[in-house]
Amino acid sequence: MKTTLITTENYLKLTQFYQTYAAVVDQANWTAWLDMFAEDCVYKVQARENYDRNLPMAALSLTSKGMLKDRIYGITETIFHDPYHQLHMVSSPLILSESDKGVIESQANYTVFRTKNDGIAEVYNVGRYLDRLRITDDGIQIESRLCIFDNEMILNSLIYPI
Amino acid sequence: MSQENRIPMTPIWDHEDTSRIPFWAYTNEDIHKQELEKLFYKNHWCYVGLEAEIPQPGDFKRTVIGERSVIMVRHEDNSIYVVENVCAHRGMRFCREKHGNTKSFTCPYHQWNYDLEGNLQGVPFRRGVKQDGKVKGGMSKDFKTSDHGLTKLLVAERGGVVFASFDHDVESFEAFLGPTMLSYFDRMFNGRKLTLLGYNKQRIPGNWKLMQENIKDPYHPGLLHTWFVTFGLWRADNRSELKMDEHFRHAAMISTRGSGGKDTQTTNVSSFKESMQLNDPSFLDVEVEPWWDGPTAVMMTLFPSVILQQQVNSVSTRHIQPNGHGSFDFVWTHFGYEDDTPEMTERRLRQANLFGPAGFVSADDGEVIEFSQQGFEQKPFHRSLAELGGKDIEETDHMVSETLIRGMYAYWRKVMGV
Repeated sequence: MKTTLITTENYLKLTQFYQTYAAVVDQANWTAWLDMFAEDCVYKVQARENYDRNLPMAALSLTSKGMLKDRIYGITETIFHDPYHQLHMVSSPLILSESDKGVIESQANYTVFRTKNDGIAEVYNVGRYLDRLRITDDGIQIESRLCIFDNEMILNSLIYPI
Repeated sequence: MSQENRIPMTPIWDHEDTSRIPFWAYTNEDIHKQELEKLFYKNHWCYVGLEAEIPQPGDFKRTVIGERSVIMVRHEDNSIYVVENVCAHRGMRFCREKHGNTKSFTCPYHQWNYDLEGNLQGVPFRRGVKQDGKVKGGMSKDFKTSDHGLTKLLVAERGGVVFASFDHDVESFEAFLGPTMLSYFDRMFNGRKLTLLGYNKQRIPGNWKLMQENIKDPYHPGLLHTWFVTFGLWRADNRSELKMDEHFRHAAMISTRGSGGKDTQTTNVSSFKESMQLNDPSFLDVEVEPWWDGPTAVMMTLFPSVILQQQVNSVSTRHIQPNGHGSFDFVWTHFGYEDDTPEMTERRLRQANLFGPAGFVSADDGEVIEFSQQGFEQKPFHRSLAELGGKDIEETDHMVSETLIRGMYAYWRKVMGV
């Protein structure tokens, strides 16, 4: 695997960013979640089977910030579901490429545990983030985040972003 | 005597019609085993996939009918075969890949090899080994490979969709659907080649029949699916019809929004809550397609194994794969048509956000099925009620009826003998 020339400073920023993202979704802080995305952005949750076979279908396929906002409206106002908490464990990021214009392509593995009101934490979704991020003066923004999950079956439903 | 007083509880239908459905129909493991036998393995055609999933000779896809693993495969002569994924030798479920391309099937355990039709081609050491000039071991003299093929299923293809049956005496697929359902089937699968967009898969902890009932129940969409109503996709003034086959096992819920075309009623943002607008209206960027011939949504339930979905531009098959009485896997195969423009493909993919395990209007279906099953399990002597629109079974020109559920259970009782 080729090495990249990322600076220590940027790697620390990136690490902090991945952990912040996990904390934000675990706290269901959807305003902060939206703020982590660029205006022109893509967010998908896609089964590995589709991704590996180049099939475009995804469990969630949001291709604008407006769609992200509409999703948040859906999960907070319209979709009926069993209440649950999420807990994310996110690995250190792996840099795939870095351009001199501040665009980083990177990935990190994640595990999401789901805990329902009367329940015990269960392994809910396992996969990797495949990202295109931009380092700006205001911090890092997500231009594209694909959550490629290994689970053959989603455990009934997937409501919150992962 | 009511079920409540009968201990141990025996599965007896103690109501004169099907406007009451006993909970044991969803909780009794013996009933479930009988359903697999009587509904999935005998007398019925079950969904296995789309031809578009196996476009090339040798392409195969592993799937299930009821709880039996089967393989759908395209032969060199382009015909499609479906065989059971159980080796004739030691019973191993030999095919482990979800899909692939092969010239033949080989069970890794003892290298028994089958052609794509399921015929046994050869077995190692059939004639034993030669040692010191003598033949030792090997199969019996009367062993014939022709007696030991894989279980072969009857196959029906129509419009690019593949069904199969373990029962070689089953009626034709066309007779199984009946003329009314067949006309809606042909509307959606009118001979154009299908293109595969991909899968969504979810495991729902509820009895499989609840999914059939969910799509035979036009009572809930405007009530449970708040999203539908909020953004104007479900309106009380939609033109609607409920239709069934003559046995009441299959059904279609047909509805037409507004006047068709790109007015505010059929496209997007106008709604009961006029103030609610999507930030990105392209979720509901609907384009009327000529093949619709009117209806903007047709939801078909083909008993017992599949639901065929047309919701505006989003088309999919939803395959019901039971695992035990209290759980099933629900596999959505989204597709398009060969003459779709790239814009239409994008449109189908965007609208797919409404459906599947994360869908704006389908995620809640899986949830209510899970909690219904919880209610049945805690109170198995009780029953549910399906009386909207009366107690009779009839086609309607409105959505305010549970007639399709009553119809399904009239058929179910007949086949199950309860």
